[in-house]
Amino acid sequence: MAHATFRIWRTDGSGGTFEDYAVAVVPGMVVLDAVHQIQATQAPDLAVRWNCKAGKCGSCSAEVNGSPRLMCMTRLSSLPLDEPVTIEPMRAFPPIKDLVTDVSWNFRVKQAITPFTARTPDAPDGTWRMHQADVDRVQEFRKCIECFLCQDVCHILRDHKLHDGFIGPRFLTYAAALEMNPIDAGDRVDELKTRHGIGYCNITRCCTKVCPEHITITENAIIPLKERVVDRFYDPVTRLLRVFRS
Amino acid sequence: MDFETHHYDVLVIGAGGAGLRAAIEAAAAGAKVGLICKSLLGKAHTVMAEGGVAAALANVDDRDSWKVHFADTMRGGQYVNNWRMAELHAKEAPDRVRELEAWGAVFDRTDDGRILQRNFGGHRYPRLAHVGDRTGLEMIRTLQDQCVHRGIEVHMEFTVVSLLTSDGRASGAVGYERERGRFKAFNASAVVLATGGTGRAYKITSNSWEGTGDGHSLAYHAGAELMDMEFVQFHPTGMIWPPSVQGILVTEGVRGEGGVLLNTEGRRFMFDDIPEAYRTQTADNEEEGWRYTQGDKNARRPPELLTRDHVARCIMREVKAGRGSPHGGVYLDISWIKKRLPNADAHIRRKLPSMYHQFKQLADIDITKEPMEVGPTTHYIMGGVRVDSDTQMSTVPGLFAAGECAAGINGANRLGGNSLSDLLVFGKRAGEHAALFAKANGRATIDVDAARTAADGVLTPFERSRDEGENPYAIQGALQEMMQALVGIVRTDDEMRRALGELTAFKTRADRVSVIGHREYNPGWHTAIDLRHLLTVSEAITRSALERKESRGGHFREDFPEKDPAFAAFNIVTRRGSDGTMEVSRVPIPPMPAALKQIIQDQT
Repeated sequence: MAHATFRIWRTDGSGGTFEDYAVAVVPGMVVLDAVHQIQATQAPDLAVRWNCKAGKCGSCSAEVNGSPRLMCMTRLSSLPLDEPVTIEPMRAFPPIKDLVTDVSWNFRVKQAITPFTARTPDAPDGTWRMHQADVDRVQEFRKCIECFLCQDVCHILRDHKLHDGFIGPRFLTYAAALEMNPIDAGDRVDELKTRHGIGYCNITRCCTKVCPEHITITENAIIPLKERVVDRFYDPVTRLLRVFRS
Repeated sequence: MDFETHHYDVLVIGAGGAGLRAAIEAAAAGAKVGLICKSLLGKAHTVMAEGGVAAALANVDDRDSWKVHFADTMRGGQYVNNWRMAELHAKEAPDRVRELEAWGAVFDRTDDGRILQRNFGGHRYPRLAHVGDRTGLEMIRTLQDQCVHRGIEVHMEFTVVSLLTSDGRASGAVGYERERGRFKAFNASAVVLATGGTGRAYKITSNSWEGTGDGHSLAYHAGAELMDMEFVQFHPTGMIWPPSVQGILVTEGVRGEGGVLLNTEGRRFMFDDIPEAYRTQTADNEEEGWRYTQGDKNARRPPELLTRDHVARCIMREVKAGRGSPHGGVYLDISWIKKRLPNADAHIRRKLPSMYHQFKQLADIDITKEPMEVGPTTHYIMGGVRVDSDTQMSTVPGLFAAGECAAGINGANRLGGNSLSDLLVFGKRAGEHAALFAKANGRATIDVDAARTAADGVLTPFERSRDEGENPYAIQGALQEMMQALVGIVRTDDEMRRALGELTAFKTRADRVSVIGHREYNPGWHTAIDLRHLLTVSEAITRSALERKESRGGHFREDFPEKDPAFAAFNIVTRRGSDGTMEVSRVPIPPMPAALKQIIQDQT
């Protein structure tokens, strides 16, 4: 049976080192299988998050050979096994233990976004009429599994640490899903400009590249939201109108 | 040991669909609500549900109604369901689905802009509201986002190790937060269990690591009764190759969209055995079956859409007869529809996007071009905490249960799509009645000594060195192999008696388990704690299955292969006896009101 070496970041929250583990390779194996094998036979206290093991829950995000991936969807056959496979936690979030990071900031951010509010129903039975063509783009955003890999690679968060003033690609996509929902009555344009910091995004598209759900985050979510902000705040005609109104 | 103690009117344990829905309802009733999740919020097993949520909205076929849904559910459950729960479920599911839309869920649409519904096994009409094949994700996200704006306090990555009772009623729970390994106590006026299933008792399962029967086991040890534990659902279509993906679910939606099951001879073997109860509703030729999947209201459904228990057994039969695929399953083919539809490739990718990616990424299979290899996988347990049909309260006052961890609605076999509607309907009811109970009865005091004993009990694995103790992963793996082999899809008295002996031996081994490291985010320790729950539910499954000496729904006995009408008269109940051993009894099913009987008759 073939073997591979896994070089895994071990930490108890401060500092940390890479440790090597030998893993027996079986057909079809994914990186998460290797981590489980190591837990079961060599390092029972190796901490990792996972749930569905089918790319649907977004729990097992990590950096595999330096690139942000879901471990459950990364097959060993796609990696060079003649050298060690490195697994590190998402580096944009504070470490807790080994591959587990503190992602609680994301949950706080979501809470600060104006929630969905339904407009008056269309039909007497209290329901709405929406056509598939009108919900296609919202459904793309709602595929998000909240793996936070897009947050992990966003340089505004990862390098500039602007967590207090910028919500990151995940929550811009979330805001887009609410804004473009045909029956939502909420308005998030002001807050996107101010406390959500949409202006920080300079559309480098790193988020779109790593999305395991292949959501076109930059083009379909962020740019249209930027346009809405521009229309409201920077369009010369509306600016003039605003001056008159005030 | 001192505890940080939180006080709530209603404590909800579990944050999948049922737990979230219960928490929302209790909070809406004015209760102070605490919500505990074993993982991060939004990662619970509901997220895996693919095909849809069953509700008789009648958007696609106006012949549908709650009555047809009720009759379908009872027939699918082989008439040992709690008929009152089946009635409430069928009546209330449409409102619960419409409510999701009002909360921001975006379902697929009909041509006239309403919620689209699809065909599914055992449902007479297209009934499953859905979002492609990621309906569970849509539901959990919608409920989760509702939750965070309602003042509910969420405790993420927290594991409950014991429920607390005082004066014969629920008073709270004790457990630890995984991040730091610290114990906390919860004092609550009412407790709702919504912990999901027990799939991890088996080797081949679609369930995540969380499905270790915690709620079943917590309730049992708190004195509540479990019911119908012999009824385990083996979903007919799980992935079987490569080994690392074994058990991962392949949605029934594939068959709903026209996918067919084939043996190695290329024959659609599901036509070979159509049960009497379904004969008049089932197509007897391929042409009619195809027309049904494409929405022809005059066509009957293809046999691939018979109930899950039956389809799973037919697959086993083909494999046993030597007509199986190379890795011990059969073929599920959706690519054949290109003979019938223009742009079939794009159609498949749009209708079944996550199936397409799952096979492409994990098995190098392009489902628009070639068939999938599939076989049964442990998916769901119909059995659970025995609850009152209207309030969802267990036999312990103040302790409620909803969703997969509660019993009743599904009887001997669950129809696909009924779990998502179950957790909405009964999650809501549990939350509502837990809040009422809390208001009427006030806070009970918690027994701090009992909490301390429970906490100390789960710390003992740290006291043993790795050399003298057992590896929790090794025991869990061996237990799963044993349950798969001896209490799986095909059961016999001999094998199950052997299983009971093995369970005793596993208990001894589990008492000697050791873990290394410290308490902070330690998966080895966690596995050791899960073991106790797995052993309890495995014993309940085995003892109940021994008692049911017939074959019905998900429970198949090779030594009693036929259905026995005498066994239709009762449910099997397990409870902890005064000496600590598990007692098994038969509890008669109350007679069904004439009006409901009439509905069933009218619908055959």
